[in-house]
Amino acid sequence: MPVQTTARLTDSELHERLERTWGHPKGVWGWFSNVHHTAIGIRFMVTAFIFFLLGGILAAVMRTQLAFPENNVLGPDRYNQFFSVHGSTMIFLFAVPMMFQGFGVYLVPLMCGARNIAFPRLNAFSYYIYVGGGLLLWIGLLLNVGVDTGWFSYVPLSGPQFTPGKRADFWAQMITFTEVSALGVAVCIATTILRYRAPGMTLNRMPILLWEKLVVSIAVIFAMPAVMVASSLLLLDRLVGTQFFNPAEGGDVLLYQHLFWFFAHPDVYIIFLPGTSIVSTLVAVYTRRHIFGYTPIVISMIATAFLGFSVWVHHMFATGLPPLGENFFTTATLMIVIPTAAQFFCWLATMWNGKLQFKLPMLWLFGFLFVFLIGGLSGVMLASVPVDLQVHDTYFLIAHLHYVLIGGAVFPMFAGIYHWFPKITGKFLNEALGKIQFWLFFVGFNVTFFTMHFLGLRGMPRRIYTYAPELHWSGLNLLASSGAVFMAVGTLVFLWNVGSSLYGGAIADINPWAAGSLEWGVPSPPPSYNFLYIPTVNGREALWSAVANQPVVTGLRTDIQEMLVTHSLDSEPQYREETAGASIWPFLTAVAVSAAFVGSIFTAWAVPIGAVPVTIALIAWLWPRGSSSTSKRATALEPLAYER
Amino acid sequence: MNGEKPRSALDVSKLPTVAFGHTNVSLLGNVFYMTIEGTMFAMVIATYLFLRTRSTEWPPGDHMPPALRYGMINAVVFIVSVLPARWIKMRAVEQAREKVQLGLMVLSAFGVVAMVFRVLEFGTLNCRWSDNAYASCLWVVLGLHSGHLITEWIETVTLLAISFTGRMRGMTFADASINSDYWYFVVATALLLDLVIYGTARWF
Repeated sequence: MPVQTTARLTDSELHERLERTWGHPKGVWGWFSNVHHTAIGIRFMVTAFIFFLLGGILAAVMRTQLAFPENNVLGPDRYNQFFSVHGSTMIFLFAVPMMFQGFGVYLVPLMCGARNIAFPRLNAFSYYIYVGGGLLLWIGLLLNVGVDTGWFSYVPLSGPQFTPGKRADFWAQMITFTEVSALGVAVCIATTILRYRAPGMTLNRMPILLWEKLVVSIAVIFAMPAVMVASSLLLLDRLVGTQFFNPAEGGDVLLYQHLFWFFAHPDVYIIFLPGTSIVSTLVAVYTRRHIFGYTPIVISMIATAFLGFSVWVHHMFATGLPPLGENFFTTATLMIVIPTAAQFFCWLATMWNGKLQFKLPMLWLFGFLFVFLIGGLSGVMLASVPVDLQVHDTYFLIAHLHYVLIGGAVFPMFAGIYHWFPKITGKFLNEALGKIQFWLFFVGFNVTFFTMHFLGLRGMPRRIYTYAPELHWSGLNLLASSGAVFMAVGTLVFLWNVGSSLYGGAIADINPWAAGSLEWGVPSPPPSYNFLYIPTVNGREALWSAVANQPVVTGLRTDIQEMLVTHSLDSEPQYREETAGASIWPFLTAVAVSAAFVGSIFTAWAVPIGAVPVTIALIAWLWPRGSSSTSKRATALEPLAYER
Repeated sequence: MNGEKPRSALDVSKLPTVAFGHTNVSLLGNVFYMTIEGTMFAMVIATYLFLRTRSTEWPPGDHMPPALRYGMINAVVFIVSVLPARWIKMRAVEQAREKVQLGLMVLSAFGVVAMVFRVLEFGTLNCRWSDNAYASCLWVVLGLHSGHLITEWIETVTLLAISFTGRMRGMTFADASINSDYWYFVVATALLLDLVIYGTARWF
């Protein structure tokens, strides 16, 4: 493309025009019509955090119950519902929606240098459908229809014979909601990364976070269908009498476990890889240098996601596998250590030669390194079949999975929040309160969950609502529960910090951390159109490598929401495309789909009947507008409508 | 950024606003969705084959294999339907509205025929979904594909309706072209599933 010097509109004139075209719609109707990625990204993050709090409340009540032997805060039935809804919430409604959807939807277009995400209406639909799934699970719990068969709801326990009623159906349909959401967002994010990158941002110059979002999107695309099939077959067995999991009629219960874990183990990396990319991003910023080992880190993420699809059977060691199968899946599991360790060493090498700035996000990063290392090491232990069989379904496993998931997701999440909060809100979080929160959470977490390793080794099984005093688990349980108090107080401090900072926090300028990625080149918070001019990129840290008169893109129309589409590999400009603007139809479609999904819990007729409003809503959503886009596009373009 | 000063700029105003083929963003989105749905088909086929290993006879019990007649007729219908889909793709690039409209009409008609034969196929599977796991698999495999067939038909009819409103310009032609790509996917999966449904019950 030719680079030329042009006289343009003044910045304020351009701002006015873009604001008129891209401005977020106002009012209640406007709120539900908004499809801009910054609005939807914030909603994903806030909603996921609310579910994190709700799941945490359940955990706190369970720890209260287990603090003393033969306690009676919760009965067995309520306890079953609490641990099942807790696990389901944390995995399906918090971890993935926060780490993948929330951070991804908000950050990816900004990091690409784009004005919006690809398929913005699909993205908005994905948010509403996710909310629908969350409401289904939690309204179920409030109505005493909360799932009580664990977060993976194995058959035959969750089958029609052993779980009559609708509890398992609520869970299974929640899976459908959340996976439709994750898949929709994966398509939006992967397409944005491949087609909307700013000119100059070749694949080799993509920030590591974008690489991770691309890798994770593809992992989501291949992993999530398996759990949708598993939950759909379970629903069919329960609702219309199919026999997939009924051994008496040629079905097989292990089939469910295969389908579920073919999704759920890659899901661990779908949750964890976003954490590592936050670490890679922040380590570079707070050591004031480019990340050491860019290429090995990218290859490691790809390798982790790939290997993640070959280890699912290690969750099934206790089901009785042929020795060859055990050996294969043990080896595959151990191999995951290699790419993960490669990333660890790259971070350490970056810090080793960097100018370390001990800001609050770095504190959370060090917390992550410590906690995740322990979780990884206990994972190596569990990869060994004899060890796994010994501690299977004990609190050792609970300790391990919380070290991996809280270490791999929650610690990087807080690091990310402290880092990007000024960009998202224009305000800083309070540093002192942040440090108090970190130490409360870090100490509380380790007291709670490190203790559980010993409880597991002493034989305490998971999912028991109480225990007898003569089992000698009382002291350790009390210790674990006291740690949970610290975590809860730490979380409250965080909420206070967010609330007080939003209303009275210090104002953040464009780039307070002197970071190098493109989102730090726009105002805080970003305007509705993100970039006054689409930038061009010279290096992996775009702002660090920008020259004094760095070219910007001109020539996009300002009277319609037009985006620049570039080549997947070298990001050469290819064409200008008008993207879908604000619309109420994604929300209404989500309502119609939700009604059909919920109805199908009770009758199969809900599917054909529910398909009618869904189809109408979809057609209205996709129907081309007659006024601005198609007609103007086909006729002469209005010269003043350009940025120049 | 001072708006008064001239600065280096990359002018993209001369770039086209319509793109066909792999350049089109929506095609990539569709490819991702085809991958998702292809993975779902792979999972239900894996389910079918997994359950096959759990039974000494297939079909189990007194079941006859699914009757071939309507399935094979439908396979031919699907294969021939590729022609109008291909025609639409070629005419869409030329942005020839009336020709695309004609192609969409023919393709919609093929969709109706395929759906009619699909109903007859269900009637000649020689089992009910609740009989056993084998029967459940057959119904779900065929049902999943029927869902895709209906969805694709609705999309084709919607494009046809748009073509009568005078709004078929620019990117809507590209959408018609992508619709044909999705039709290919529906045809390819139909033939693959025919092999599973009608082949495996006879060959192993």
